[in-house]
Amino acid sequence: MNIISTRHMKRSFIEEVLERTKKMDPVAESKKQLDILEGKILATLFFEPSTRTNLSFTTAMKMLGGTVIGFDNPRTSSVKKGETLADTIRVVQSYANAIVMRHPNEGAAALAAEFTNIPIINAGDGSNQHPTQALLDLYTILKEKHKIDGLEITLAGDLKYGRTIHSLAYALGKFDVSIVFASPPALRIQRWIINDLKSAGISVKETDNIETTSDVLYLTRIQKERFPDIEEYQKVASAYVLNEESLKKIGKETMIMHPLPRVNEITPEIDHDKRAKYFVQSSYGIPTRMAILSMVMGD
Amino acid sequence: MEKELKVKKIKNGIVLDHLPCGKVLDIIKILNIDKKTGETVSILMNVESASKGKKDIIKIENKKLEDLNIDKIAIIAPNATVNIIKDFQVVKKRKIRIPDIIDIINCPNPSCITNQKEPVKPKLLVEQTEPLKARCYYCERVFTKEELVENI
Ligand SMILES: [Zn+2]
Repeated sequence: MNIISTRHMKRSFIEEVLERTKKMDPVAESKKQLDILEGKILATLFFEPSTRTNLSFTTAMKMLGGTVIGFDNPRTSSVKKGETLADTIRVVQSYANAIVMRHPNEGAAALAAEFTNIPIINAGDGSNQHPTQALLDLYTILKEKHKIDGLEITLAGDLKYGRTIHSLAYALGKFDVSIVFASPPALRIQRWIINDLKSAGISVKETDNIETTSDVLYLTRIQKERFPDIEEYQKVASAYVLNEESLKKIGKETMIMHPLPRVNEITPEIDHDKRAKYFVQSSYGIPTRMAILSMVMGD
Repeated sequence: MEKELKVKKIKNGIVLDHLPCGKVLDIIKILNIDKKTGETVSILMNVESASKGKKDIIKIENKKLEDLNIDKIAIIAPNATVNIIKDFQVVKKRKIRIPDIIDIINCPNPSCITNQKEPVKPKLLVEQTEPLKARCYYCERVFTKEELVENI
């Protein structure tokens, strides 16, 4: 079993992950180690560094009693420049029972899966997908809102390059939801994603601002590098910042989510607001990844 | 059919018929014909067709079907017909169609893993033929006919 893209996932599979995450949740909270993956080895191959995601997978694996090998920085790792991903995967598969990988190129996880029979878990492939993030996001919504069907979710910020957004949009698309995409015109979500969602029967809207009364506001960072000059960036990005002032225009029951790390798109002054759930969301990363690891490697 | 063959019958070779007007040069480009190969090529443009208005025709002498990249032609001219000529006769007539999987065009996404010297062929899954839309199996992006043709 591979975890490559939420676009391929069936609703029943997502529900199974959420169900299992619910069981892992108290275990993760109590930090008591289980033994269900004892004797199993997970390889974490981060061809693009991400200390946070790597740490989350490593912790989840250790909580299940397993061992972790791998690297977080390809420059200092044994992956020689010039070796193909296909070769690296064929070598590493003999060391481990499953591979978690992050790679700067879109489609890397799908390619890796063609060169091995051990499970591949995609922890981010370029701007394409980050499915385990989407699953933990869904768990957060379910846990905090007690349902997913019937909700309206606003996805905001950099919708064009944000893999988190792409994964979450497709995952939400398996449920009966409406999605609002809020972004500056230059960072609109790709047309084919809109088309895919529409043909799945999802109601989709696009807007230019984050003033919303949706059940969920999911904010992502707008990066400077996406703009030709700093002035243009500042003009655009300031409209996608949550602070005490802009929070007044957000619905009283709107849950605020963010994949973290944040830079300045959410100011710390609103952290105490009861609608701010991004740290809770982040904490669900461990039980979600425990659920996923136990599903792909468990007996 | 008889009428247009009268314009200039070829003895042996291939006639690409029912090409959309204005696409001839795009097709010539992918036929790999140059000084070295030396085939004689005749182009007929804006030919009155019995059924569907005007069309273009390309005739290539001494060319074999297996020397043509039919899939590439299909992407540019999905309704074209290939006629194989032997001794001035049409011995075989084939309507070409867009394949279900396009593997003869690189993924138009430059940062797709298939464009990074990995040992795989491109794999563009055709999701719609009219107008053409294909999704890369790897990077999951969807491309239009224009984007695909640019990469031929
Ligand atoms: Zn691709």
